[in-house]
Amino acid sequence: MTLSGWIVMILSVGFVTGLLMWCVWHVMKEPEAPEHMHAQDEIDTRDKE
Amino acid sequence: MKEKKEAWGSRIGVILAVIGSAVGLGNFLRFPGKAAQYEGGAFMIPYFIALFLLGLPIAWAEWTMGRHGGAHGHNSLPGIFRVVWRSKLAPYFAVIGLLIPVAIYMYYVYIEAWCLGYAWKFATGSMALGADKSKYSEFFAQYVGLNAHGSAFSLSGGWSNSVLVPLLICFALNFVIIYRGLSKGIELFCKWAMPALILCAFIVLARVLTLGTPDPAKPDQSVVNGLGFMWNLGWGGKTVWQSLANSQMWLEAAGQIFFSLSVGFGIITCYASYLKPKDDIALSSLTACSGNEFCEVALGGLITVPAAFVFLGTVGVIEATKSTFNLGFMTLPMIFNTMPLGQFVGAVFFTLLFLAALTSSISMLQPAIALLEEGLGLGRRASVAILGFVSVVGTAFVVYFSKDAVALDTFDFWVGSVCIYVLATIQVILFGWVMGVERGFEELKRGAEIRIPKLVMYIIKYVSPAYLLTVFVVWLFQTAGTYVRKIGSDPVVAGSVGFIVLVFVFFLLITAQSVRRWNKLHPLDKEVGQ
Repeated sequence: MTLSGWIVMILSVGFVTGLLMWCVWHVMKEPEAPEHMHAQDEIDTRDKE
Repeated sequence: MKEKKEAWGSRIGVILAVIGSAVGLGNFLRFPGKAAQYEGGAFMIPYFIALFLLGLPIAWAEWTMGRHGGAHGHNSLPGIFRVVWRSKLAPYFAVIGLLIPVAIYMYYVYIEAWCLGYAWKFATGSMALGADKSKYSEFFAQYVGLNAHGSAFSLSGGWSNSVLVPLLICFALNFVIIYRGLSKGIELFCKWAMPALILCAFIVLARVLTLGTPDPAKPDQSVVNGLGFMWNLGWGGKTVWQSLANSQMWLEAAGQIFFSLSVGFGIITCYASYLKPKDDIALSSLTACSGNEFCEVALGGLITVPAAFVFLGTVGVIEATKSTFNLGFMTLPMIFNTMPLGQFVGAVFFTLLFLAALTSSISMLQPAIALLEEGLGLGRRASVAILGFVSVVGTAFVVYFSKDAVALDTFDFWVGSVCIYVLATIQVILFGWVMGVERGFEELKRGAEIRIPKLVMYIIKYVSPAYLLTVFVVWLFQTAGTYVRKIGSDPVVAGSVGFIVLVFVFFLLITAQSVRRWNKLHPLDKEVGQ
C-alpha cells in the first residue's frame, strides 16, 4: 500500500466517521424540545371507522 | 385535511429509519466493486464531489418538501406534490414515486431472501462447498433459478434447499412490520436492527483486518496490499490525473452516491411528512446521509475488497468486482469457506446483508400505504392487504422469470435506474424552481439545528439539476439502447416492461380517485390557505 493510498483511506474513512460523530453528538446534545416530542401513538388501523 | 394519526416516536427513530432505508446491499457490495474497478483512491474524488453537489442537496430538498406536505396533512407523494405545486397535474407527476418503491420491492425482497438463505446455510454449515468457485456459481444458479424460468419454484432439492422458504419469511416479516405502523413497526424495528447491522459489520471487519497473509506462498496477497488495491492512487500505472480524465468514473461515482443515499425513491419525502412542522430536518438529513456514508466508506470500503484480494489476488478481484451478484453470492461465500472462522463470519456477513436489505425493503412499502390510507380513506389492514396482493403478484413474476435474472434485471433497469433519475429530476426542479429555492430554503431553515450555507441554495437551483440531467442523459445514451432493443427481441423483457406499466396504471387510477376525493373534501385553495 502506497503512502497516497494510506492518505486517501485515512481521509475518506476519517471524514465520514468524523462527520457521523459530529452529527450524532449534535443530535444527542440537544434534548428534544417539547414541541419536538411525539407521543408513542397507539397502533390505529382505522379498520373500525 | 383529516388529522394525522401517525407520527415518529422520536428523532433518533426517524434518523435510524432513513439510514436503514438507505443502507442496503449497495453499501457493502456495489460501492467496493465500483471503487476497485475505477482505480480505488481516485474514485473517491468524484464520489465526494457528487455527495456534496448531488446527494446532500437533493436529500435536503426531499426532507423539506416532505415536512412541508406533512404540515398540510399529506403523507403520500401525490398529496405532497399537490401542496408544493398548486397544479391539477402535480399529483400525477408523483405516480412514479409510488411505482418506484413498490416495483423495486418486488425484486429486492427476492434478493433479501437470498441473503437470509445464505445466512442460514452458513449458520447450519450447509454452505461448505470447498474452494472451487464453480461449485458456488452452480449453487447460486440453481438456488435462485438462473438456469430456467420457473426453476426457482422447483422443490426437487427439498424445502431446505428452496429459496421459497426464506422468501416467504421475508414477505411475512416485511408485512408484519409495516402493519404495525410507523412508530411501532418501522421505527421500533430500525432501532434494534441498525445497531445489530453495525455490530455485524464490525465483527466481519475485525476478522478481515486480522487475516494477515493467509497463504505464506503468496506473500503479496496480504490485507495491507488488499487495502492498497482499494485505496491506492495511480493504480495500474496510471497517474491520478489520467484516472480522473475517465468520464465513466465520474458517471459511476455520481450514480453510486445517488442510489446509495436513496434519493429519488420517494421514500425520504414520505418519511419526512410524518415530522412536525418545527422539527429539525437540516441536521437530521445530514445525520442520515453521514450514517449511510459511514456504512459505505468506512465499513463496506474496508471489508469486501481486501477480503477478496487476500484470497484471490489482483486478477481474481478484478474479475469478481465486475458483477455485484458474482462478488456477493459466489466469490465471498467461497472466501468465507477458505478463511479461519469462515463459517461464523459468513453467517454474520449474510445476516448483515439481510438486515440491510430488510430495513430498506420495509421503507419501500410505506409510500403506497400512505396513499391508500389518505387517498382512498382505507384502514391499515385493507391497505396492507391490497399492497400485499400487488407485491406478491409482482414478486411471483420476477421469481418465475428467473432465467439469467431477466425479469429482475429489466425491473432494475427501468424502475431501479431510469425512473429514479426521472423522479429525482422532478423533485429537484419542484424544489428549486416551482416551490422556489428561497421559499424552500426558508422552509428548510425552520427548526434547523445547524446553519446551512446559502451556497446550497444555488447548488440546489442550478448545479444539482444540471449535474443530474447530464449524468442521466449520458448514462441513458450509453445503456438504454441495449434495453430498448431487448423489448422487441425478448418476450420476457417485453412482459416485464408491460407489468411495470400495469403497476403504473394501477397507481395512476388510485391517484386519480384520491384527487377526486381530496378535491371534494378539501379544495386545494382552502387547504394551502391561499
